[in-house]
Amino acid sequence: MSLWEYANPKKFMALSARVLPWVTGLAATTLLVGLVWGFFFTPDDFRQGSTVKIIYVHVPSAMMAINVWVMMLVASLIWLVRRHHVSALAAKAAAPIGMVMTLIALITGAVWGQPMWGTWWAWDPRLTSFLILFLFYLGYIALWQAIEDPDTAADLTSVLCLVGSVFALLSRYAVLFWNQGLHQGASLSLDREEHVADVFAWPLWVSMAGFGLLFLALVLLRTRTEIRARRLRALEARERMQ
Amino acid sequence: MWALLIRDLRLATRAGGGFGLSLAFFLIVAVLVPFGVGPKAATLALIAPGILWVGALLSCLLSLDRIFALDREDGSLDLLATSPIPLEGVVGIKALAHWLTTGLPLAAFTPVLGVLLNLPAAGFGPLVLSLLIGTPALSMIGAFGAALTVGLKRGGLLLSLLVLPLYVPSLIFGAEAARRGAEGQEILTPLLMQAGISLGTIALLPFAAAAAIRVNLR
Repeated sequence: MSLWEYANPKKFMALSARVLPWVTGLAATTLLVGLVWGFFFTPDDFRQGSTVKIIYVHVPSAMMAINVWVMMLVASLIWLVRRHHVSALAAKAAAPIGMVMTLIALITGAVWGQPMWGTWWAWDPRLTSFLILFLFYLGYIALWQAIEDPDTAADLTSVLCLVGSVFALLSRYAVLFWNQGLHQGASLSLDREEHVADVFAWPLWVSMAGFGLLFLALVLLRTRTEIRARRLRALEARERMQ
Repeated sequence: MWALLIRDLRLATRAGGGFGLSLAFFLIVAVLVPFGVGPKAATLALIAPGILWVGALLSCLLSLDRIFALDREDGSLDLLATSPIPLEGVVGIKALAHWLTTGLPLAAFTPVLGVLLNLPAAGFGPLVLSLLIGTPALSMIGAFGAALTVGLKRGGLLLSLLVLPLYVPSLIFGAEAARRGAEGQEILTPLLMQAGISLGTIALLPFAAAAAIRVNLR
């Protein structure tokens, strides 16, 4: 029994069919608990007022935006090394989710920044690197859509994902060099003294778990769709042969 | 390898090779900017280093799809792939040829445009230097992008979508060096970072580009 068994599409379909309802239910509950707790049962910040509550959407989506890219990177590596089709399809399925997460983080940040910083957008390093990450997602998705042959597309997008990761990281530190930051540092940490107050931290952890589970549910669902779409194409091709 | 380099240079400089086209494009970009932002000398001096860097980057982009597309069309890319030179070497040579016909002339031509855009006198040296150091990375990254899209019929637009985000670090450090030079600050740090990016891309990207070409020729 090893993880690689689920590289077999049939096994993956069977397992994901069983797991998907549970993950979806869990994601819905966690998100509901985290967001309701965060929005209605935490006090207003003494300086930011009620705008602080956007943190329960902004931070988890920003975290997922980066984690989804990392997941795509791992999936691409698995595809390049072991040629498991499920892996390539999972990377393909994850990209639009990551792009939307990036967009959510950017938009919620702008909505919060307007009353707090007095501006919708500033060329701050964090904001800028997220915008660049968004462009990377765009390019990756566009390359998937441009190539017809699925194996060629998987190979080329995997190479792009590897190279893109290096450059995304490089850009992240290049923009630090380029402009001073307006964005605050990390609000959550496991080991530092300075930390967001526990009243805010707990619902935030729950929302982050909720966003993670939501991503898991969506990526399973979308991978299943991709596998079905590919089966359909194979069936059509077979019928045309006869 | 020499033969390949000379062949590519010849193809690029002869009629229909597109040599000079990117220079003309660069000129037009630099001429259009004052129409857009107004002719005030102080404003132009402020934005000149950045505009010239962005212009150089866009003109570089213009000729990228020629790196592999024509060879792919007439089948010489298949011959190159089966030749005794490793494909990584072919990619490197092609990027070098692209740089010699685009990056180098752009860097040499920039001072003229700097005069047009009222670049402060102290900025000329750093700007040309940063372009000389930075444009090899542009050519190499571009060759990688061209390798990714060589199998596509209309890859040009996709190519720019893929390549431009990869240009961000080079642009940041290049324009920063030029801006600091124009303001009379020290320019060593951004130049060193830029050199690091150029060397890193030259060392690593030929492998990625060659892998992409192998996939596309499969």
